[in-house]
Amino acid sequence: MPTELRIVKVEAIDRESPAVYTIRYRDSTSSLPGQFVMVWVPGVNEIPMSLSYIGEMKGFTFRPLGAATKALSSMKAGEKIGVRGAYGNSFIINDGEVLCVGGGTGIASIITAIEALGRRAEVVIGARNAEELFFEKRIEEAGARLHICTDDGSRGHMGFVTDIVSKLLEKGRFREMIACGPEGMLYRLAMMAHSMGIHAQLSVERHMKCGIGICDACALDGRLVCRDGPIFDAETLLSTSDFGKFRLSPDGRKSRI
Amino acid sequence: MRPSINTSVGKLKFRNPTLLASGILGETASSMIRVYKAGAGGVVTKSIGKQPREGYQNPTVYLFEGGMLNAMGLPNPGIEYFKGEIEKLKGEHIPTIGSIFSGDAAEFAELAALMESAGADAVELNLSCPHVEGVGSEIGGRAENVYEIVKSVCDRVSIPVWAKMTPNTSDISELAIAAERAGASAIVAINTVKAMAISTELRRPVLSNRVGGLSGQAIKYIGLRAVFEISEKCSIPVVGVGGIYSGRDAAEYIMAGACAVEIGTAVSRYGPEIFGEVNRELEEFMENEHFSSIEEMVGVAHRA
Repeated sequence: MPTELRIVKVEAIDRESPAVYTIRYRDSTSSLPGQFVMVWVPGVNEIPMSLSYIGEMKGFTFRPLGAATKALSSMKAGEKIGVRGAYGNSFIINDGEVLCVGGGTGIASIITAIEALGRRAEVVIGARNAEELFFEKRIEEAGARLHICTDDGSRGHMGFVTDIVSKLLEKGRFREMIACGPEGMLYRLAMMAHSMGIHAQLSVERHMKCGIGICDACALDGRLVCRDGPIFDAETLLSTSDFGKFRLSPDGRKSRI
Repeated sequence: MRPSINTSVGKLKFRNPTLLASGILGETASSMIRVYKAGAGGVVTKSIGKQPREGYQNPTVYLFEGGMLNAMGLPNPGIEYFKGEIEKLKGEHIPTIGSIFSGDAAEFAELAALMESAGADAVELNLSCPHVEGVGSEIGGRAENVYEIVKSVCDRVSIPVWAKMTPNTSDISELAIAAERAGASAIVAINTVKAMAISTELRRPVLSNRVGGLSGQAIKYIGLRAVFEISEKCSIPVVGVGGIYSGRDAAEYIMAGACAVEIGTAVSRYGPEIFGEVNRELEEFMENEHFSSIEEMVGVAHRA
C-alpha cells in the first residue's frame, strides 16, 4: 500500500543552486504531478515534500529552513530516510496552452506538470534573487518558454511574477493556469484568473501532521490540504474564508498569513 | 417498512448512531460541519485542555493494513479559543459532544463548565489517551481517579457526562462502574490500545513519542468485548468505538450493547463519506434482519 512507510536510501544530493537542494531516492510507488510524500528524517521530524521527480528515481527539492530540511541538506548518499505517500491530488493536464507559475521553492511542485505539458507550457518563475532560482534547464529542456523574475533584479525581470503574468494573460492565449508559491502570490493569481475567466489549479501549503486526512492540522475552512488538496481550483479557494488570509498554527488556532 | 436508525444516548437524541470519534477532524468547526453533512449523527471534538498545545513532533502516525498507531500528543487550541468553534457547530444545530482532558479533577470540571456555557450538548471525559504523561490513561486507569473526576464534573455541569474508558487495564468494567457510580450519563469504550511500531531498517521506534495508541480494525474485537462486559455490569448507555468501517461492524457493537458508535480511523481510508456509507449499510442490514429500530438491536447478543 503506498500509504505505508518505506525506508529508502538517499541516492544523491544535488545542489540546484547555492540555496536549493534535491534529494533523490529509488521508489517504484506510482505518483502524479503535484503529489507529495511525507519525508521522515530519523530523530528529527517528518515533513511534507512535493515530488520534483516522479519516475522510479524520485526526488524532492527544498531550501534548508527548519530542522528537518537542514538535516536533509547535510545528508550523504547511502543514508536512510522514511517516505510515505505519494499523497494528495494532482495537477490535471488539460488540452491547450497552459500558463505555469512558480514562486520560490513552489517551482519544485509544478516542474513535473511542466514536463508533462512540454511545448504547451509557458512558464514564469520568480525568486528573491538569482541564488534561489532553479530548474531553468529542466524547463527549457521540456520545450517550454521561460520567463524569469527576481525581487532584486539579479536575474531576469526585477519584480513579481504577477507583473509578467498579467502581461501574458492580456494576450488572451491561455484558458488554463497552474501555480505554486507563497500564498500572497497565489491569492493575486487566483484573483487575476477569476477576473479573466481562466481555470486555475493552485497548489497550497499548510502545516501538516498526519498527511492522510484525519488530524485536521492542515484544514483550510473545511477542506483538508493533505487529502482534498494540495491542489485546488482558484474558485474553490476564493470561496473559503481562509485562503490568502489565515492558516492554522500547530496548536489549531488560526493565525494571519 | 424501512427501519429507523434514530438513536439516543440517555436523553440525547441522534439522527443515526454514527458519531465522529474524538481526535479525528475535530479541531475546526468547518471540518466537523463537513463530517456532519457527510452523514454523521453528531460529532465529538478533539480533546481540549486549558492551554493551547502543539502536540508531539512528527512522526505522529504510523499506518498499516489493519489500522494505525498515533501519538499526536493532544494538540489543541485551548478551551478559550475552542469555545468559538463549539458556538459555530451549535449555530448549525449539530449535536456536539465536547471532549476534554486534564490531569486534575477540579480543572476537568472547569473545562466541562466552559464547554457547557459554549453550548456543547454533552462532555466526553478523555480518561484514556495512552500517550501523554499525567493525563488520559495514566489517571483514567485507576477506578478511584475515574470516580473523583467524573464526580467533580457531574457536580459542576447539568449536561450529560460521558466517560471514555481505556482498554489498557485488566478490568475495564471496574472503571466503568466507578464512572456510573460517580454520575456519568454514558460510558464510551474503547480508546486506543497502547502500542509501539519499530522500523527494523532504522532500528528505532517510528513514532517520535515511541509509544502510541493502536486503532482501526486491529482493535475491533477488543472493543466489542469491552462494550459487552461494560453493558453487562452497568445500566447507563454505552457508546462503542474501535475499528468500525462498515454497517456490519456497527451492528456488532450495537448487538454487544452499544446504543451509538464512534468512527475515527476509518476516515483515513474512506474520508468523511464513511459516515453515510456505514448508515446505509446498517439500514440495509436491519431491513434484511427484520430489525425496525436500533433500540431493538441494542444488546441482543446478551440474550444468546
